[in-house]
Amino acid sequence: MRARKFFLHRPTDLDEAIRLKAEHGDAATFHAGGTELLVALKAHVLHYEHVIDLKQIEALKGVRLRDDGTISIGSLSTHDRIANDPIIRESLPGYAALSEHVANIRVRIAGTLGGVLCFAEPHADAPTLLCALDAWVVLLGPDGEREIPSRDFHLGEFTTARADDEILASIEIAPQSAGTRSAYRSFGHTERPAVGVAAVWSTDNAQRLSLWAGAISACPTRLSRAEEAAAELDGGLPAEAAWGRLRDAVRADAQAIDAHDDLHGGADYKRHLVSVLAERAIKACLP
Amino acid sequence: MSQTESEFPMMRVDFKLNGAPASVDVEPCEMLIDVLRDRLRLTGTKRSCDVQVCGACTVLVDGNPASSCTTLCADAHGREVTTIEGLAEGKRLDPVQRAFIAHGALQCGFCTPGMILAVKAMLARHGAPSEADVRHYLRGNICRCTGYVKIIEAVMDLIHNPSSYQ
Repeated sequence: MRARKFFLHRPTDLDEAIRLKAEHGDAATFHAGGTELLVALKAHVLHYEHVIDLKQIEALKGVRLRDDGTISIGSLSTHDRIANDPIIRESLPGYAALSEHVANIRVRIAGTLGGVLCFAEPHADAPTLLCALDAWVVLLGPDGEREIPSRDFHLGEFTTARADDEILASIEIAPQSAGTRSAYRSFGHTERPAVGVAAVWSTDNAQRLSLWAGAISACPTRLSRAEEAAAELDGGLPAEAAWGRLRDAVRADAQAIDAHDDLHGGADYKRHLVSVLAERAIKACLP
Repeated sequence: MSQTESEFPMMRVDFKLNGAPASVDVEPCEMLIDVLRDRLRLTGTKRSCDVQVCGACTVLVDGNPASSCTTLCADAHGREVTTIEGLAEGKRLDPVQRAFIAHGALQCGFCTPGMILAVKAMLARHGAPSEADVRHYLRGNICRCTGYVKIIEAVMDLIHNPSSYQ
């Protein structure tokens, strides 16, 4: 099916983009890589008379290290760019690996991180790890700039805390301490994950595990029983022993997830996957 | 206020197509595959899933693989587009095409243009990828005939014995 006709705007700076959105209101949408939006326009699931292409805006591009060590990822960064970015590969190799396994090479080259976050299709990879890393997003709108933790950004399927006239400018990740490891493991029969689990394990000062499951429900979900159990563990436990002490808590967390039967699998199956993938992600973080 | 469809202006897209300058007036909503196939009669680019999963519509944009079914033609402005028709020099086939033929890496041939262009992009970027790298890179190009074994064999032989296909 072919997309219905629209007017394509190509602003070169953020002010112009925000002004165009104010001018055309509900008839306009922002557009970046197109891997979600163009498919929806072709299927006539969505229609906008004005498509505001953000790809010419330099301020939304690139990955950089701020003075305080925070990694700032411009929202137009593609999965392929993130997978191969020297800063990400050095500081967050688990995130680079996740990006290298998103969908297929064409989607990785076209699709942007900002697009994935804003479209908010639950069956996505990056949001789960960004929640575990306690990242935050920077939104720009007519009334200025605001920040939202990624844990509060997704509100439901295809729904986020971004106001319709705001542009997601960047994703920010605080510097990780030397003893912190992160990993993401996923499984699915389609190009989208049925379930993904992200683990961030810090051994500095106290044990601290951040464990999140995604794709299985509308928004990424914290596995809090497992996190609490991890805080009680002795330091320096080998991976197998640590997992043995966390397994029951992870299973209890998985049972509590609001999962549903769908084309990605039955709810019970997907809850089982949470345990399997949590084991893999946690063990990948430990020696 | 709703606009009628006649009010949406055409856009001029100037790009390089298979090495030669090209210029087309397109609707902003037109996908690259529609312009290539229906207007420019380059029907080597195949439409299958239409949702960028299968890889049959793969073309190269500035050397990178793109799903032409889900790429705005307007986004080709100022860029270099390569389709399967652009690989051979006259009657002399590209080494990737030669390797596919030598190994019987195609049956119905529908996925082959996209598969070959994906291999071109992979080799330009990665030089000498391992078999695992090749399988990972080609994961998004679906073939319903070959079972992939012949395709992987063709690509690996091309990597290890490039002079055989010059």
